[in-house]
Amino acid sequence: MAIAVEQPAASPARPAGARLVSVLGRLAAYLQAAPLALILGVFLLAPILMIVAVSFWDYDFARLYPDFVLTNYAETLGSWVTWRTYLNTLKYAAIVWALTLFIGFWVAYFLAFHVRTATMQMVLFLVCTVPFLTSNIIRMISWIPVLGRNGLVNATLIEMGLVSTPVEWLLYSDFAVVLAMVHLYTLFMVTPIFNTLMRIDRALIEAARDAGANGWQVLSNVVLPLAKPGMAIGTIFVVTLVMADFITVQVMSGGQSASVALMMRNQMSLLQYPAAAANAVVLLVLVLLMVAGILRVVDIRKEL
Amino acid sequence: MAGERRSVTFWILAVFFGLFVLFLYGPLSAILILSFQGPSGGLTFPLNGISLHWFRNLTEQQAVGDFGGSFRRSFTLGLMVMVVTVVISLLAGLAFRRRFVGATPLFYLAVASLVVPSIIISLGIGVMFQQVGIRPSWYGSAFGAHLTWTLPFGVLIMFAVFNRFSPAYEEAARDLGASPWQTFRHVLLPMIAPMLVGVGLFGFTLSYDEFARSLMTAGTYNTLPLEIYGMTTNVTTPVLYALGTVTTLFSFLVISLTLGVIVWLGRRRARG
Repeated sequence: MAIAVEQPAASPARPAGARLVSVLGRLAAYLQAAPLALILGVFLLAPILMIVAVSFWDYDFARLYPDFVLTNYAETLGSWVTWRTYLNTLKYAAIVWALTLFIGFWVAYFLAFHVRTATMQMVLFLVCTVPFLTSNIIRMISWIPVLGRNGLVNATLIEMGLVSTPVEWLLYSDFAVVLAMVHLYTLFMVTPIFNTLMRIDRALIEAARDAGANGWQVLSNVVLPLAKPGMAIGTIFVVTLVMADFITVQVMSGGQSASVALMMRNQMSLLQYPAAAANAVVLLVLVLLMVAGILRVVDIRKEL
Repeated sequence: MAGERRSVTFWILAVFFGLFVLFLYGPLSAILILSFQGPSGGLTFPLNGISLHWFRNLTEQQAVGDFGGSFRRSFTLGLMVMVVTVVISLLAGLAFRRRFVGATPLFYLAVASLVVPSIIISLGIGVMFQQVGIRPSWYGSAFGAHLTWTLPFGVLIMFAVFNRFSPAYEEAARDLGASPWQTFRHVLLPMIAPMLVGVGLFGFTLSYDEFARSLMTAGTYNTLPLEIYGMTTNVTTPVLYALGTVTTLFSFLVISLTLGVIVWLGRRRARG
């Protein structure tokens, strides 16, 4: 990691004044890092510890009772509904991951290797980025007039005589959930892949060409292996976002499908916090294991 | 661009890219058009005349809930999150340039903040505040919850910026007799200013649009995304689209202003 290289001022050969500067510099580093550590400690670490604790608590309709019971876990893991919900969430994650990876790679590849001027690259990249900075809920709702029973797609299909009655599975279905997730999350794949592709030394590609590789061979033997870190980072984003999603599933499936987070959300609205907490712990462990698995492929600190 | 002909691959990928952009913007433009639906029109095409009826409807508080108030809260919260994200990310970025005990755990804590499901943060902060006995509020618990989402982005961006930043500039400034503060203020800050503006944009928009992390942390008064979410379940008129159009145009305005500032900073630096 380049940034941790010792500053020359820290070498013991320097006079006392320089050593004082070095000590002050070290102190400054702690002061500079403190606000971040404080905020993440209070609003990330403490709440997670709280959830772990609460997941062992007892509760009734009125309040929580600090305790150490395993009933929340037993109820969560003992129910076949939970297992089916987890499977359903993993199914969404797998499908959305495959689609966003495919779309994200080709979009990034086009931007990095086929757009010739840096300005045009920047403009097209921004065109892809802007929707990401607008409201997710609005972007989700915007599918309703397109996919609905009387929506644009159905109107067109009927007009063309391809179907006689509206296609019902376009909205409020697994199809709609996956479509909306791909719509919301593809950018998280495009950006890291674009970033790694831009850093590939163009001389490598020329060398491959000179050595007689055709376009496909350059892609599979040079570009794809070098793009792996970007794909891994994009995968972390997409997989964790889909695993955590409840609003897309709720709105786009019209309440017909479930995800783990949606199950938690329902428990929360019934004030069954310990049950939701047990679910949260299981989900968190699962997500962290998935991320740890992906991190074996890539060292993110090197990729930044 | 003259000369050299484009390959077939280029055209296939260009069409693919075009379809992707259509996929991104198509639905958004559908609600943009439908928000001008006539007073008797419904949630889908065709348009029953063109009117501003649904935009007027938005301003009537009793009809759709507290749109004005929730907008003001989300806007203020966005600005708070933006300022704190920029300052803390910059400080953390500077800290990570040096070696310090706990640097690696802190870095991974920031990464963890990015991957921990947002609903878990919401639940954790909500229950924690409840148990400690502090009332959740948009400017307290929701503020902290949003920071767990914006800070990792800010920190990772600053990390990347400083990874590519040559210490030669600062060494030159020091050799010329600049104090550490002068070096920071006149050498480092102008060079990274555009990136800081970018971090600010992330901080504001991510907070302004955040839903899951506000869910259990916003307290009595709704932020805008919570208000919009409430509308999706009980409003069945195009007033929903009017709200979508207004918030989306507002986001576009914020994005263009920010890009304007970045370009302006770049020009000013180029002029010296």
